[in-house]
Amino acid sequence: MDTPGIDVAYIARLAKIELTEEETAKFSDDLNQVLEYVAQLEKWDTDNIEPMYHPLPIYDAVRKDEPGQSLSNDEAVQNAPAAQEGQFRVPKVVESAH
Amino acid sequence: MLKGTITHWRKQLTAGTITPKELVQELATAMEQHNSGTNAFISWDVDKALQAAETADLSKPLGGIPIAIKDNICLKGEPTRCASRMLHNFVAPYDATAVNKLRNAGAIPFGRTNMDEFAMGSAGKNSAYGATDNPAAPGHAPGGSSSGSAAAVAAGMAIAALGSDTGGSIRQPASHCGIVGLKPTYGRVSRYGLVAFASSLDQIGPLTQNVEDAALLLNSLCGHDEHDSTSSTLATEDFSAELGHSIKGVRIGLPKEYLSSGNDAAVTNALQQAITKLTEAGAEIVEISLPHAEAVVAAYYIIACAEASSNLSRFDGIRYGYRAENTNGLDELYSRSRAEGFGSEVKRRIILGTYVLSSGFYDAYYAKAQKVRALVAQDFAEAFRKVDFILGPVAPTAAPQLHNSGMSPLQVYLSDIYTIPANLAGLPGISVPCPQPQGGLPIGIQLLGRHYAETALLRVASALEQAFA
Repeated sequence: MDTPGIDVAYIARLAKIELTEEETAKFSDDLNQVLEYVAQLEKWDTDNIEPMYHPLPIYDAVRKDEPGQSLSNDEAVQNAPAAQEGQFRVPKVVESAH
Repeated sequence: MLKGTITHWRKQLTAGTITPKELVQELATAMEQHNSGTNAFISWDVDKALQAAETADLSKPLGGIPIAIKDNICLKGEPTRCASRMLHNFVAPYDATAVNKLRNAGAIPFGRTNMDEFAMGSAGKNSAYGATDNPAAPGHAPGGSSSGSAAAVAAGMAIAALGSDTGGSIRQPASHCGIVGLKPTYGRVSRYGLVAFASSLDQIGPLTQNVEDAALLLNSLCGHDEHDSTSSTLATEDFSAELGHSIKGVRIGLPKEYLSSGNDAAVTNALQQAITKLTEAGAEIVEISLPHAEAVVAAYYIIACAEASSNLSRFDGIRYGYRAENTNGLDELYSRSRAEGFGSEVKRRIILGTYVLSSGFYDAYYAKAQKVRALVAQDFAEAFRKVDFILGPVAPTAAPQLHNSGMSPLQVYLSDIYTIPANLAGLPGISVPCPQPQGGLPIGIQLLGRHYAETALLRVASALEQAFA
């Protein structure tokens, strides 16, 4: 497979992590080295092999759709960095109408 | 420092020569006096432990025994930080199922052990709360990511501990610290309340002073949990049932790929000692092959990082965890909170994981890695048609110097080559310490078994431990 080199700045935006220039450069070096290494997977013949997403053959585990116990409102917001009246406080995300 | 296994302290407790409160107090004193030396614990709450000790039911199998808990396993009302700045203020609102089961067995959860941040690392150095020293080899890394759990047990600051193992994070620190570490079969122990790193690989397990204690802890940890649909529905067993039984005629495979020239001489010697001892005990050592052994590190780091990038997207600075100050808009709040909350290795792995899942690269990396994973699992299925267990090293080297920073991330990843396969295939594995000459660093021997074969695996591990004694 081609290893065109990872565009760390772009991927960091997808991952929503702001990186410094030093971090971007360091991670580019580190991860290009890792990608060069993992390119060896190409040599293994995987034609007609099903991908193994899970170590055990468990499919579609479902439970009855019955309400159970959950965290209380207070417990649910107790770890929030900002909360008010039992709600999570977030920055304004909707533009004013005028 | 406190000496004595779970069995030892259970005898003292039931004979009344010590009370559960006194035992907690003894451990608290050991932590207060010695934690600054090893940094095995990030936090501990003596009052909560004493409160639990007050009502400890000594008739239960772990009645009155304090157990240290890795910092990524939720402990109700106590900090659960994953050794990350991101979760510095996080207090768990519920108990993990594993913790709940320990409580039901009479144990007293006590002390949050240090770790590599979000369980990403193999030296214990990636912690926002500082590195952990190795009490069995001061100045050396205790291994990781369950660094504090291994160090606490090795130092006599905990009788036993829980850890988690995604790519070797129980077995490798156990090996480096000279104790026993057991990764159960995937699904044996509920993952509910274990902060997710890579959900198809993560498993909780015990770090203990001997094999008997590992079996005792596992006895209390298993069983299906409605909160984790991947937890096994098999009936739990008495995992102590075969301890001390003969291993005559047992067939143990030795993968020829594991006799690498990249192993330290001391590791090769330890493996040779194990072969001799197991043969003397009546086991038959059979050479086997795991043809895809060299592919496991590449497959693992793609899969683990992909799952981590998805799992760790929950840390957004909104519902819990760190929130950056003075941000402008929602997007900047996310990206700066994550920038300031996560350490370097966590960011590196999230970026790798995001990349391999991104459009255009998914098939080449992620899907390919999952197919190679299937081949790795097939290798084991094939091997287990010929043998009952598989023997090998835990790591290619003993514990590295604590402040050796000359390794690239890739070099560090490569040292997981012998522990990763059990996670990819979901198999149980255990690390048993091999005695070393005076001044030598601790080295563990790894035994792997078939899915759900922990009882038999513990029998062989116990026979090896006895033969080494």
